[in-house]
Amino acid sequence: MEFFRSHVLICTGTGCTSSGSRLVISGLRKELEERNLEKEIRVVETGCFGFCNLGPIMVVYPEGVFYCQVKLEDIKEIVEEHFVKGRPVKRLLYSDPNTEVKTQEFENIEFFKHQKRIALSNCGSINPEKIEEYIAKDGYFALGKVLNEMTPLDVIEEIKKSGLRGRGGGGFPTGVKWGFAYKAKADQKYIVCNADEGDPGAFMDRSVLEGDPHSVLEAMAIAGYAIGASQGYVYVRAEYPIAVERLTLAIKQARNLGLLGKNIFGKGFDFEIDIRLGAGAFVCGEETALLTSIEGKRGEPRPRPPFPANSGLWGKPTIINNVETLANVARIIRNGWEWFASMGTEKSKGTKVFALAGKINNTGLIEVPMGTTLRTIIYDIGGGIPNGKKFKAAQTGGPSGGCITAELMDTPIDYDNLIAIGSMMGSGGLIVMDEDTCMVDIARFFLEFTQEESCGKCPPCRIGTKRMLEILTRICEGKGVPEDLETLETLAKTIKSTALCGLGQTSPNPVLSTLRYFRHEYEAHIYNKKCPAGVCKALLSYEIDPEKCRGCGLCARNCPVDAISGKIKEPFVIDNDKCIKCGTCMEKCKFGAISRK
Amino acid sequence: MNDGLKKEQILGIIEKKNGEKEQILSILMEIQKESGKNYVDKEWARIVADELGIPLTKVYDVLTFYAMFSTEPRGKYVIEVCNSAPCHVVNGSAVVQMFEEELGIKMGETTADGLFTLQYVPCFGACDIGPAVKIGEKVYGNLTKEKVTELLNSYREVSTCQK
Repeated sequence: MEFFRSHVLICTGTGCTSSGSRLVISGLRKELEERNLEKEIRVVETGCFGFCNLGPIMVVYPEGVFYCQVKLEDIKEIVEEHFVKGRPVKRLLYSDPNTEVKTQEFENIEFFKHQKRIALSNCGSINPEKIEEYIAKDGYFALGKVLNEMTPLDVIEEIKKSGLRGRGGGGFPTGVKWGFAYKAKADQKYIVCNADEGDPGAFMDRSVLEGDPHSVLEAMAIAGYAIGASQGYVYVRAEYPIAVERLTLAIKQARNLGLLGKNIFGKGFDFEIDIRLGAGAFVCGEETALLTSIEGKRGEPRPRPPFPANSGLWGKPTIINNVETLANVARIIRNGWEWFASMGTEKSKGTKVFALAGKINNTGLIEVPMGTTLRTIIYDIGGGIPNGKKFKAAQTGGPSGGCITAELMDTPIDYDNLIAIGSMMGSGGLIVMDEDTCMVDIARFFLEFTQEESCGKCPPCRIGTKRMLEILTRICEGKGVPEDLETLETLAKTIKSTALCGLGQTSPNPVLSTLRYFRHEYEAHIYNKKCPAGVCKALLSYEIDPEKCRGCGLCARNCPVDAISGKIKEPFVIDNDKCIKCGTCMEKCKFGAISRK
Repeated sequence: MNDGLKKEQILGIIEKKNGEKEQILSILMEIQKESGKNYVDKEWARIVADELGIPLTKVYDVLTFYAMFSTEPRGKYVIEVCNSAPCHVVNGSAVVQMFEEELGIKMGETTADGLFTLQYVPCFGACDIGPAVKIGEKVYGNLTKEKVTELLNSYREVSTCQK
């Protein structure tokens, strides 16, 4: 075996690839070769570390030095200083956005300190394109264990006792679901991995597939053994090309080693996995719609029951599990249900991956024990809100969820608590909003999304969301009328109780949740014709403060509609009838004399 | 026969998927990718229908349902701009304006040289680097005006080299 004195891990997930990690890798390889160091220092292409806004990310072992935003130009210095002279390059170390203190080691950075990475444990630490690295981290051990030592019922019991619940949104106990499919009698059964991640703001499934595809394949095979299925499908969005590529490669490697295919581990168990691509329909994340899409049809949902565990793909018993759920399975089998159940809250065990996006210093992927508070996530891990702004709310559960307000920041986050406060776990997207975000506008945005993605099969969703969207648009345009709020609530309740599938039933949640916590913002739009956050264009007005205005005329020269007039060296005035509220004047003014109200 | 794709090519794509009806999504995606104009022509759809033994309406059922498909020719490069909430919160609309100005077209239109089409798509999971766009299989994030110009120029250059 070759021996290296240093290992350099560089992320090749979507985030870091987009910020140029491929260039950094090829630059580094070239530089190492030129200095004859390629036999001493090994470059490893890994999956996502989660700290995506600081990409490209590089971690150097054995020291564990964490470099961020590494550019091609930095390579020579890193090689010369760190690899030759043994001195870490200080300027590339992580600097805390609030204290500006630089941290050298990976594990001491606040962002990682509060995390507990289980589903993501291999992401960022192994090369996802090498099955040997997965195996070296005990990969496929769990599959061997179930085939050699456990009956299908043992496996199901183990997962049941662990308390694992579906991570895709519903939160249904995974072991119970497997139990249903086990009992169903049929000549053929299927395991489907739902990788049609589409909740705006969620990207954990993408990261798991990009960073640790084998963990999903191994879990699918374990599930296949548990329920008696010999065929699995991964339904993955075509919009995730890197994930598709790595999955394809992983399946091939597993087949070559006999970890998929016929007679696995010589135990007479056959299991095959194929990939099916989704073509851009959010509703296909709903399990019955997903199944019709795999069958090559329009991805429309159908009523349940019958549930897929009894009658799914081509009418056969089918288990559909989400990527993150599956990523936990092999680890539970390996470490025992007690280990998993020791983490989390009473009814939500284990950890949850959250995707941090929006107005937060550290965007990216994090994994914390269930029951962690939003305060820990946003301030300790997320580094707080940028530019000294005030936190307003965090949206969880995407277009099916609701918001968590500042007052509720200390609520332990788990499935049941989130439902109690009118939101839901969803797949774990967490969009952070600050004082500059208008909650009516956000609710409108989410509804626009579900309205657009409604498949049109059932009228409550097709027509109901359309009517709600019209009302919200009207309110944002300053044309709202007092009875609008009541109509919104009535429509919302009707859609919730009558829509066919999860997409429709949950689509009014963002509206209901913002109405519950931010009713005053809706009222300000309707009664005072004002947008308190200064977002809804139609409700804004720009004013020049005559005290601060020096009369330079820069604003008037830049106004695209000649709405500003005045004499040089005297205060200028904006004609609000002509103004199109583009905000150019405010941007251009050098004296901060123009304000938006 | 419409220019762009020959019948043999389409038959080849169908062959690769063993002529399986349920693989129609993948077949149509491949055809669209190979077309050079990011769309599926009616004639090609008819070949698919004949080969898979299903009515043409079933092919259109799929083509019109899934957002990734287009039945009208589009630019060689389709610039897909995320218009979901996470990108919206970090000022995604400014990015739209940058592309519109740089390309001289409006959202939904194609440039006169047939090189670029600008269109909205729902979240493609690049929220960590929003505002983000996707061109083909590549994702570009944390966009600024300079990056947009640089990005478009790189695509223009590739295209000139290929001529």
